[in-house]
Amino acid sequence: MNEEDRKKPEGSGLSRRDFMKIGGMTLAVPMVASPKVLRVGGEDVEVYGPEKTMVTLNVNGKLMRAELEPRVTLLDALRESFDLTGSKRVCDRATCGACTVWLDEKPVYACGMLAIDAQGHKITTIEGISTPENMDAVQKAFWENDAQQCGFCTPGFVMATKAFVEKNPHATLEDARKGLSGNLCRCGTYVGIHSALRQLTGMKEA
Amino acid sequence: MKPFEYASPKTEKQAVGLLGKSWSEAEVLAGGTDLLALMKDDVVAPKRLVNVKHIENLGEVHFDGKEMRIGALVTMGEAADNALIKQHFPILHEALWEAASPQIRNMATMGGNLCQRPRCWYFRNGMGLLPVDEKGESLVLKGDNRYHAVLGNHGPSYFVSPSTIAPVLIAYGARIRLYGPEGARQLELEKFYRAPMHEGEREHALKPNEMITDIFLPAASTRAGYAEIRQKEAFDWPMASCAAVLEMNGSTVKSARIVLGQVAPVPWFSPEAALHLTGKAVTEETAMAAAHAALENARNLGKNKYKITVAKVAVKRAILNAAKEGA
Repeated sequence: MNEEDRKKPEGSGLSRRDFMKIGGMTLAVPMVASPKVLRVGGEDVEVYGPEKTMVTLNVNGKLMRAELEPRVTLLDALRESFDLTGSKRVCDRATCGACTVWLDEKPVYACGMLAIDAQGHKITTIEGISTPENMDAVQKAFWENDAQQCGFCTPGFVMATKAFVEKNPHATLEDARKGLSGNLCRCGTYVGIHSALRQLTGMKEA
Repeated sequence: MKPFEYASPKTEKQAVGLLGKSWSEAEVLAGGTDLLALMKDDVVAPKRLVNVKHIENLGEVHFDGKEMRIGALVTMGEAADNALIKQHFPILHEALWEAASPQIRNMATMGGNLCQRPRCWYFRNGMGLLPVDEKGESLVLKGDNRYHAVLGNHGPSYFVSPSTIAPVLIAYGARIRLYGPEGARQLELEKFYRAPMHEGEREHALKPNEMITDIFLPAASTRAGYAEIRQKEAFDWPMASCAAVLEMNGSTVKSARIVLGQVAPVPWFSPEAALHLTGKAVTEETAMAAAHAALENARNLGKNKYKITVAKVAVKRAILNAAKEGA
């Protein structure tokens, strides 16, 4: 299936995601409040929420704005408000790594951070490191070494791997196991991921 | 997650003014790696989050030769990469490096690590820190207690203290600075932890409107060793850990600070183990004798007997690692 087919399933002309967005639009009534100002310790401090407030994020070099409640995680903002669905929602408890993005060049779990708290930082998602026509070297190594099966953990693994190999270009397999311990693959494609790492770092066979 | 208010104060004073008199009013948000998971599971539901990450001067490590100051907002990743910490407090570096995953270490802060809530599965499932049935009997004692305490477990607290860096910091003699409405106070880290007697009390001495701002470590010429025993090689809390800091007099131990982790509701300081090393050389035999002494009063809750053995091994390895270090 090519990219165009995936976006527009035959018959409806609409993808499941487009349909859900239209449904959401008719139901959602925006309730955006300006922050209340509390006098604390002789100074004014702005307090946001619990209703929606304007949140501005720097994602993949672009400023993106959305009206969000403070309780919305960075992951849900990326997926639901900015249509950046490469970062996956799996455990939603900062454990599995499928939502790994970079916060100021460092890998973090997007599900473990509030969107409102990510303001002022540089966020990079899987969509920000390459285009389908021009794959990143890590993506290419995953592809060439069959380092994915169902593919759901892959975007997070690629973001974690890219950060790891950039910081540790001469890593050993042991370093890599530890350095990528924050990502899980339920299909068990670790052998392929290790092959990809060997290709990327020139590490010897273990 | 329940809805909440959110504020990002710029000073400690503002932060404390935004916190509440009870835990249900407000919580401090730093790295958020533990807090957000607890909120998603409705274990805690504060009405306000006070993000302290915009407060200045809490994100730095300073060392003047006598004392190291680690700001509470230094991330575990930054601390693990810090050359001064690695040089002067090697087992802190080691414990940080072993903790959690890279993604967690990039977000989690040093202060937050000290305040992380227990991993007890009854607690994490919303049954409370001192979970009981309708008759008031402990669910831990009659249920699955395989990861629960083997020391200091005469009730009503049976959970284990989760932090791996707290035992290390205590072994090094760390103090912390807390800031609250009455200003700042300092506390030995050892005295920060406690086993609650009543549901609703926390496992530390922090008041709902206080925050940790700094960790202080006295410089000393010591030998230090650390050991963890885990089921998983990475991204797991240990079944038992131990930090051993030895002051040597030639080849014999002048004094020792031995602190165990994940065996009791608090980081477990063991003067008994230290006593078995004082005035002696570190050998397999003295290390094992110290380990036996540390666990002499251990109590099996039914499914955690193995932890007594595992903890002994952690103590023995930590002491032997201390003797090896720099030798």
